[in-house]
Amino acid sequence: MFDLHGYFPFILKGMVLTVEVALLSLFIAIVFGIVGAVAKMSRSRAARFVAGVYTTVIRGVPDLVLMMIIFFGGQVLINNIGDWMGWEYIDISPFIAGVLTIGFIFGAYMTETFRGAILSVSRGEIEAGHAFGMTPVQVFFRITLPASVRHALPGFGNNWLVLAKTTALVSVIGLQDMVFNASQAGGATRQPFTFFLVVAFLFLLITGVSDVGMRWLNRRYSVGVRRA
Amino acid sequence: MDVQVIIENLPLYFQGLWVTIQLVFLSLVCGLMLSVPMALAARARNPLVAFLPKAYIYFFRGTPLIVQMYIIYYGVAQFAAVRESFVWIVFQEAYWCALIAFSLNTAGYTAEILRGAMEQTAFGEIEAAKACGMSTPTMYRRIILPGAFRRALPAYGNEVIFMLHGSALAGVITIVDLFGAARIVNSRYYVPFESYIAAGFFYLTMTFIIVWLFKLWEKRWHAHLRPRESSVGKAARAPVPAPAD
Repeated sequence: MFDLHGYFPFILKGMVLTVEVALLSLFIAIVFGIVGAVAKMSRSRAARFVAGVYTTVIRGVPDLVLMMIIFFGGQVLINNIGDWMGWEYIDISPFIAGVLTIGFIFGAYMTETFRGAILSVSRGEIEAGHAFGMTPVQVFFRITLPASVRHALPGFGNNWLVLAKTTALVSVIGLQDMVFNASQAGGATRQPFTFFLVVAFLFLLITGVSDVGMRWLNRRYSVGVRRA
Repeated sequence: MDVQVIIENLPLYFQGLWVTIQLVFLSLVCGLMLSVPMALAARARNPLVAFLPKAYIYFFRGTPLIVQMYIIYYGVAQFAAVRESFVWIVFQEAYWCALIAFSLNTAGYTAEILRGAMEQTAFGEIEAAKACGMSTPTMYRRIILPGAFRRALPAYGNEVIFMLHGSALAGVITIVDLFGAARIVNSRYYVPFESYIAAGFFYLTMTFIIVWLFKLWEKRWHAHLRPRESSVGKAARAPVPAPAD
């Protein structure tokens, strides 16, 4: 049954793209997450409101719908702006749309994770930073951020696993990730079951490796923490 | 923004909304029924019994829903034996394939939630049940399962929302659910913003309703965890002082 008719490298090529999309969108999600968490805890009411709308709306709408809004809607938006400014026709690549969408969506989940983590940094450490005469920005980057990593890791790991699985959706907007390639290969060989099963196991490989990585990170960042 | 197109197509959206609600509700019911025995089996001391449900949970939680759906919708047709047997009537239809995929998926997630909740049963409760002379099935029925359902409620609320969002995938395999309706409107009139934002609005509303329902439900099931009302407030409302308890 597992005769892949020489299509395995083709699937692996798709897997590389899947991992690329996942890592790039993770990076964007972290940036959005930090900005969102800071905004949610800021004194400015406007910043809190914007961040609140961001996390509520993004977490309330399916990722597939958001991807369509950003991919197709973004194209229309750019066309309109282009007509108005007199640019040449610009095509949004599905790769960029996919990465931006997934990053934007998981930024909302990261916001909640990071907010919880920052809140769990003990007040005394932050006060000590202020007492040393650090500016608020210095306190944030030297104390709050590093000390919150340990608290953020479990939630972060969960978000990453969900994110990695969400990348499969980019096949719907025509990006040639491993799901897309599997449907091509499955159609050509009339063995869709075989190829989708292979993709499922490759996803299990990604999540399995991430699990090991997360455990290692967890251990590293819990050094010096007493445990019962 | 062309709101007119959306208003004209509202019947299509409502039709899609109905299909989405059906899919989500039916798969949640099927998933829940599958998940309880699975969670019990995953807790078995015998590793041979626990292996299969654990592998099932690992597989369905570790792979994307879209891949699971493709395996069932596109994949099963690979086998001539299926195409020639009577089950083909089911696997031919995108609707049933989506329903099967969603049910199996949510069963895996729900089983893991329940397993975790059962694990957290306080040891004293089990001891007390045993001291009362309950048999294991009675203990599960009266003590462990009710407590586990109660503890699982918040996580299960998240799972329901996850299922609602996951159900949008049905639109990818030609089902006219809410997402499918938005796809049709977009392809007919080329209004990506309006069509998908309208669908997003429906999904957002449903998410809010689910969150609200689960809040009510938690209020009921977690009533014993709520902070007690202050005696001052009570006294102000009740003229006759209640006996102290």
